[in-house]
Amino acid sequence: MRTESGKVFCGLKGISGALVFLQGSTRISYGEMVEVVGDDHRSRTGRVLIASAETVAIEVYEGTEGLSPTGTRVRCLNRGLEVPVAAEMLGRTFDSFARPLDRGPAPLAREWRDVNGAAINPAVRAYPQDFLQTGISAIDGMNTLVRGQKLPIFSGSGLPHNQLAAQIVQQAEVPGEREGFAVIFAIMGANRDVAEMFRRSVEESGALPRVAMFVNFADDPAVERLVTPRTALTLAEYLAFDRGMHVLVVMTDMTQYCEALREVASAKGEVPSRKGYPGYLYSDLASLYERAGRIEDKPGSITQVPILTMPNDDITHPIPDLTGYITEGQIVLERDLDRAGIYPPINVLPSLSRLMSDGIGEGRTRSDHAHLSNQLYSAYAYTRRIRMLASIIGEEELAGRDRMYLDFGRNFEKEFIGQSFTTNRSIEHTLDLGWTMLRQIPVADLTRVSEAEIAEHLK
Amino acid sequence: MNDSTRAGAQTASNLVGRTAWISGPVVRANLSNQVFMGEQVEVGAERLIGEVIGVSDQQALLQVYEETDGVRPDDPVYGTGLPMFVTLGPGLIGSVFDGIQRPLNVLQQRGAYVEKGAKAPPLNPSQRWGFTPRKAAGTTVQAGDVLGVIQETPVMEHRVLVPPDRQGKLVTVAPEGEYTISDVIAVIRHDNAETPITMAQHWPVKRQRPYLEHLPPVVPLITGQRILDLFFPLAKGGTAAIPGGFGTGKTVTQHQLSKWADADVIVYVGCGERGNEMAEVLMDFPRLTDPRTGRPLMEKTVLIGNTSNMPVAAREASIYTGITIAEYYRDMGYHVALMADSTSRWAEALREVSGRLEEMPVEEGFPAYLAARLAQFYERAGRVKTLAGPEASVTIIGAVSPAGGDFSEPVTQHTKRFTRCFWALDKELAAARYFPAINYLESYSGYLDDVAEWWHSHHDPHWKDLREKAMQLLQEDSRLQRIVRLIGEDALPDDQRLVIEGSRLLQEACLQQNANDTTDTFCSPEKQLGLLKAVLHFVDRAKEVVKKGAPIHRIRETAVREELVRAKEKIPNDKLELLGELNAKIDREMDALFGEYQKLK
Ligand SMILES: Nc1ncnc2c1ncn2[C@@H]1O[C@H](COP(=O)(O)OP(=O)(O)O)[C@@H](O)[C@H]1O
Ligand SMILES: [Mg+2]
Repeated sequence: MRTESGKVFCGLKGISGALVFLQGSTRISYGEMVEVVGDDHRSRTGRVLIASAETVAIEVYEGTEGLSPTGTRVRCLNRGLEVPVAAEMLGRTFDSFARPLDRGPAPLAREWRDVNGAAINPAVRAYPQDFLQTGISAIDGMNTLVRGQKLPIFSGSGLPHNQLAAQIVQQAEVPGEREGFAVIFAIMGANRDVAEMFRRSVEESGALPRVAMFVNFADDPAVERLVTPRTALTLAEYLAFDRGMHVLVVMTDMTQYCEALREVASAKGEVPSRKGYPGYLYSDLASLYERAGRIEDKPGSITQVPILTMPNDDITHPIPDLTGYITEGQIVLERDLDRAGIYPPINVLPSLSRLMSDGIGEGRTRSDHAHLSNQLYSAYAYTRRIRMLASIIGEEELAGRDRMYLDFGRNFEKEFIGQSFTTNRSIEHTLDLGWTMLRQIPVADLTRVSEAEIAEHLK
Repeated sequence: MNDSTRAGAQTASNLVGRTAWISGPVVRANLSNQVFMGEQVEVGAERLIGEVIGVSDQQALLQVYEETDGVRPDDPVYGTGLPMFVTLGPGLIGSVFDGIQRPLNVLQQRGAYVEKGAKAPPLNPSQRWGFTPRKAAGTTVQAGDVLGVIQETPVMEHRVLVPPDRQGKLVTVAPEGEYTISDVIAVIRHDNAETPITMAQHWPVKRQRPYLEHLPPVVPLITGQRILDLFFPLAKGGTAAIPGGFGTGKTVTQHQLSKWADADVIVYVGCGERGNEMAEVLMDFPRLTDPRTGRPLMEKTVLIGNTSNMPVAAREASIYTGITIAEYYRDMGYHVALMADSTSRWAEALREVSGRLEEMPVEEGFPAYLAARLAQFYERAGRVKTLAGPEASVTIIGAVSPAGGDFSEPVTQHTKRFTRCFWALDKELAAARYFPAINYLESYSGYLDDVAEWWHSHHDPHWKDLREKAMQLLQEDSRLQRIVRLIGEDALPDDQRLVIEGSRLLQEACLQQNANDTTDTFCSPEKQLGLLKAVLHFVDRAKEVVKKGAPIHRIRETAVREELVRAKEKIPNDKLELLGELNAKIDREMDALFGEYQKLK
C-alpha cells in the first residue's frame, strides 16, 4: 500500500448504513477517495458521494461498524480509488482492492490506476471478428464467441455454470494461434469453495501462472463487492492494452454484485426502479461490460464471460434483462436439460451471440457455418413446438414428419449439445456433427442451407 | 449569435457563480450573475460542459454532461449566454460525434479513451471548402434561400442557406473559391443592420427549425425490407417505433434502414447502446455502397455515439443533437432519416437525472414529463415545404427497449401514442432465428392508405389488394394455429391445411429476410412485388389442385415450392426475369398435379 497524506477532518455529523456524513468543506471533491479511521484505529476506504459546502456524504467500503461520530477521523486522498497494475499480478490471488490474499508480497507496481477506468472512444474500437474456439458445440456451432466479445452465462442456482466457465477458460483458443490467454477472475460474494474450485481447475490445466483472481467473500461488506469487478477490469485493461495480451475475464456472480448495488442504493434512500434495483443499474452494468473489446492498432483484447444466476430462473428479471441489453448475446442454461442429464445444459434458442455472423464463415470457421446453424435453429425451434403438442395429444398421434422432428430433437440434445466436461471438439467436428443431426429430418425441409451445401455435407 | 463554439476551443469567460453541491451529473451553484433556463455553462477548472435546468434568484441547478469527479464546492461556474446549441455546417457528414457534439474522430488522436474535459471544435475550423455562389450581390433574399453550394461529399451538395431568422438585401457574396467555415461568404443588410454569414451556423438543440408548411406523408420511405415496405410501410416524414426485448433485432433493423432506405441523409444516433455497434457502422459504412448512387454509405451518414458507458446526461443530449442535424439537412431540401437506438436509454437518462433532482416520479420511477419529451421529439419529424419552397422530410425511427420485453411499460406505451408505425419484435421468432422477427399480428402502420396511391401509380395498381390478400392468409393461419396447438395439423381438413401451408410459404419465401445475405439484404420494390405475387399465385393454383383431391404433402413436396423459398436469395434485384420463369414453373407443376388427380376422379 502507498503511504499518503491529505487534509484530515475530525468528527462526523452522522452515520447511516454504509454512509457517513461530514461537515461540509470546499476541500473535498466529488468522487474522491477518503480514508476513514475510527476509535478502533482500523482504516477503511470511502468515496465521496455528495460534495457540498454544508454536508458531505461518504460511502464507506468496508462498512461503518465500529465508527462513532466523535472518534472518527477522515482523511482526503485527493484521488479516485486506485489499484496497482502489473504483469506480475498474474498467478496471484487478491481481495477487491488488489491486496494479496495468498500470503505473497504486495505487488510491486510501477503504476496505480483508477478502478473506474474511462470510456473507450467508440471511434477507436476495432470490431471483434476473431473466432474463439471453446470446444463446446452449443457455443462454437450455435453461439460463436469471438475475441473481444462480452458473452454472459445466464444460469440458475445449482446449475453447472461454474463448471462451464472453467471449461471455457481451459479450452478457449484461437485455432492456429499459439498464444494463449491471460485469465482474470472477479469472484463476488463467493463462498470459499467456489474460489477454490476455479483455482483448482486452472491449476490442473497448468495455466495458473497466467491467472489472477480477485475474490470478495460472501461475508465481506456489500459495498466492497462493487469494487471487485472494477479492480479486475483495471488489471485486464492494463494487460490487454498496455501489454498487448489477450485477456479473458470471468466475473461471477453478477447477481451478487447487483444485489450489493441494490443494498447500497437503498441504504442511501434512493428511489428504486424495477424490483427495488436502482434506475441506474443499466448504466452501472454497462460501465463494467463495456470495458470488453478491442482497440484499433493495439494487439491485445478483453473478452468477458460474466456469470449470473437468474432469480427464480426468470430471464425477465432486471439482472439478466439489463445484462442482455448490454452484452453481445447470452448463453442460457436450462433446468430441464440439466435434469435430463445433459451437460452443458445450454438451451440454444434463447441463447445468442451477436458477434457470430462476422466471426464465422470462410476463412474463419467454415463457409457452411451460418446456414447450418440457422437450419439447426429452425429445426430445433420446431421440435420444441411439436413437443408441446405431443404432450397434449400423445406422441403416437403425431404425423410421421413430426415424429421425425422429435427424434431429431432428442439426438440433438444428447449428442450435439451434450458433451463431457473434458471433451474439446474442434469446429470441424462440431459442424460435421451438425450435419449428422440434419440427416434425421426431411430434405425438403432444409431450406436454410443451400443445395450445394446439402450436396457436399449431407452425405 | 456570437462566435464561441460549443465544446469548441474557446471557452466562456463570464463567471456567473460557484458550485455549492455536487452529486454526479447534478450540481447546485450559488449565483453571482444571472443565467437563464437552458443556458450552456462550464463547470470547474476543467470547464465541464453543462446546462442550466433550474434557476432561482440566487441558485441554479445544473446538469453536467461529463463525469464530475474532482469538482469541489466553490469551483467556478461560467456562463456562455447561449442556449445549448449545435454547430451546423459542412463536415457533419462522415463525422462521428458524442452526445454533445464533440468529434470523436478528432478526439481519438489524443488516445483511446474519452478524457474528461476534452474539447475540440465539432467542425474542422481549418478545412477549406470549395464554395460556389448561387446568388449575386444586390438581390433580395429570404430565410432559407440558397446562397451557395459546397460539395461536402461526392454525393452531398451542401447548401449554404440564409439562416431562418435572416432576410434582406445581399450586400456582398464571396466569389467562387475555397473558404473555411468561419470565413464570411455573404453579408445581408436588413433595416440598416448588416449580418455577416459564414458556412457554419449555431442552432439551439431544443428548438425545432422552422419550415413553411407541413405536407401529408404520402411518399413511402422504401427500406428494401419486404415485411416493412409491403406490410407495414413507413412514409417519408413519418415516425416509427421498433419495440423489442434484447436480441430481437432492433439494432439490425435500424442498421438495415440506415444502409438501404431511400433517404438522402442518414443520422444514426447510438444512444446508450454498445460501443461495438458504432464500431460496426464505422467499419461497414465506408465499404458498403448505396444501391442508388453506387457510392459509400458513409458519404451520406452522420453518426452520433453516446454509448452506454459514456456520461448519462450527454446521452439525453444526443437525441437533440441528432434531430437538429437532421432538420438542418432537411432545410437544404433533403429527405433525412434519423435512427435513435435506443429511445429507452434516453428516457432512462431523464429518469436518472430526475432522481438526482429528487423529483416526484410517476410511473416506474420516470418523471411526469416523460410523455411530453417523447411527444416533442417525434413532433420534429415531418414532410414539409422548406422555407425556400422545396419539399423535404425528416423521418424518425426510434428503437424501444422495454424492461423484460414487456410492452406495457411506460416508454413503449407513450411512444405508441406519438408514432404511427409500430414494428413489434417478437422473442419467440428471434429464438427460432426467424428474421426480421417482426410480429405481423401485433405490428401496424398508420400510413397504409397514405402511401397506397404512390405504390399504385409507381409500381402496381393492385399493391393494396395484394397486401390485403396476404394479410388475410396470415391471419387465418394464426387463427388455425390455435387449434393446431391442441390437436395437431393433421387433424384439420385439407382446405385449412392449405391455409397453413400457404402462410408458411409466404413467411419463408417473402417475409423472412436475412440481413447477412449479400443478395437479400436489400430487396427492390419490383422484386418485393414479384415474390409476393409468385407466392400468392402458388397458393391459388394449389387450391385448385387440393380441391381435386391432392393431399397436402404433394403440394409441399413440389420442386417449385423449394425454389420459391430460395428465390429471395438466389434472384438478384437486376434479374427479375427469373421470377417469370418461376411463375411458369408453378403453372407447369400445378397443371401436372391437377391432371393427375383429375384422372383419378
Ligand atoms: N434481419 C435480420 N437478419 C439476420 N439476423 C438478424 C436480423 N435481425 C436480427 N438478427 C440477429 O439477431 C441478433 C440480435 O439483433 P439486434 O438487432 O442486435 O437485437 P436488439 O438490438 O433488439 O437487441 C443479431 O446479432 C442477429 O444475429
Ligand atoms: Mg440493440
